[in-house]
Amino acid sequence: MATSNPSKDRNLLAVIGDEDTITGLLLAGIGQVTQDHKNFFIVEPKTEIQSIEATFSAYTQREDIAILLINQHIAERIRPTVDKYQQAFPALLEIPSKDHPYDPSKDSVLKRVQKLFGE
Amino acid sequence: MSGTGPRESIFPTRMALTNTKTRLKGAQTGHSLLAKKRDALTTRFRAILRKVDEAKRKMGRVMQLASFSLAEVTYATGDIAYLVQEQAKSASFKVRAKQENVSGVVLPAFEVDRVPGTDFNLTGLGRGGQQVLRSKEVYAKAVETLVELASLQTAFMILDEVIRATNRRVNAIEHVVIPRLDNTIKYIVSELDEMDREEFFRLKKVQGKKKRDAEAAEAKRTAELAARELESDLAAPAEPPAATPMVDESIASDLLSSKDVDVIF
Repeated sequence: MATSNPSKDRNLLAVIGDEDTITGLLLAGIGQVTQDHKNFFIVEPKTEIQSIEATFSAYTQREDIAILLINQHIAERIRPTVDKYQQAFPALLEIPSKDHPYDPSKDSVLKRVQKLFGE
Repeated sequence: MSGTGPRESIFPTRMALTNTKTRLKGAQTGHSLLAKKRDALTTRFRAILRKVDEAKRKMGRVMQLASFSLAEVTYATGDIAYLVQEQAKSASFKVRAKQENVSGVVLPAFEVDRVPGTDFNLTGLGRGGQQVLRSKEVYAKAVETLVELASLQTAFMILDEVIRATNRRVNAIEHVVIPRLDNTIKYIVSELDEMDREEFFRLKKVQGKKKRDAEAAEAKRTAELAARELESDLAAPAEPPAATPMVDESIASDLLSSKDVDVIF
C-alpha cells in the first residue's frame, strides 16, 4: 500500500483508571514504563479534572498506543472531551471498575450504536 | 424551457454534446458502483454493530470477574498495588495490528501479542502467590476480551466514517452531478435545435428570395418581350434595348440574345 499504515507502530495499551483497575491490568502485563512516561494513569477521587484531561489528550496523541482504556466513571468526569473524541486510533474503550458497574447507556460508542439501531 | 437548472458553462456544439453524454454515462456507472459499495459496507457494518453491542455487555461481566479475583488477592496478600506499579517496566502484553479488507476499506484488527514470563516475581512471595497468579490469568483473559472489543470498535468507527463518505458521494452524484449533466445535455440539445431551426428558416428565406427574384425577372422578360414585339411591329428593329436596373447583367444579356433570335426568326 502506498499510504503508511497508521496502526503499524501502535502496539501498547494505555489505561486511565482507578487504582484497582490499574493494578489488575498491570498484573496482566500491560505496563510499559520509560524514564519519560508510563502508559497508565491512576485517578483518585481528588485528582483534578484538568490533569485527567491532559493525560487523556496526551495518550490519544501518542503514536505507540493502540488501545486506550478508561474507567467509565472517569470518562464520565471528562465526558465532553470523551464524546468529542472521534479518531479511530487509538481505540477508546470505556471499561467498568470495581465500584462502578458498567452502564451501557453512558458509553459514547454504545450511544452511537443505539442511535444507529434506533433508526 | 428545458435546461433551466444549474449547468456547466460549455459551448453548445455537437462535440460538447458527445462529451457530456459520455460523462453522464460515467457518472451513472460510478453512482451504481458506489451504491453497491455502500450496501456491502452497510451489511458489514450491521454485523459489526451487533457484535460490538454483545461484546460490550460481555466485557461488563468479565471485568466484574476480574475485579473479584483481585479482591481475593488483596484479601490474601494485602495491598499489592504499590508493588505492582513499581515493578511495571516493559509491557509483556502487547497488541499487533493486522488488516482486513472490506470492499477497499482497510479495517484494522488487533491481535494479542503476549510475551510469556512475568515482571512480578516478588509479588505474593510471602503468601497468596496462587491468588496472584490466578488473578493475573483472569486479568489477561479480560484484557484479551478488551482487545477483541477494541478491534471491533475501531472497525465500527472506521466503517462508520467510510459509509458516511460513501453516502455523501452517492448523494452528490445523484443530486448534483447527474442533474447538472442532464441540464447541460438538455441545454446543448435545445441550442442545437434552435440553430437548426434558424438555419432552416434562413434557407427558406433565401429560397423565397431567389424565387421572387426569378419571378420578377421572368415577368420583366415577358413584359419586355411583349414591348419589343410591339415595337418591332411598329418601328425599325435596330432600337437599343431599355435599361434593366432590376435584373442581373447575365439575365439581361440572355434576354438580349433570345430577343435577337426571336426577332430574326
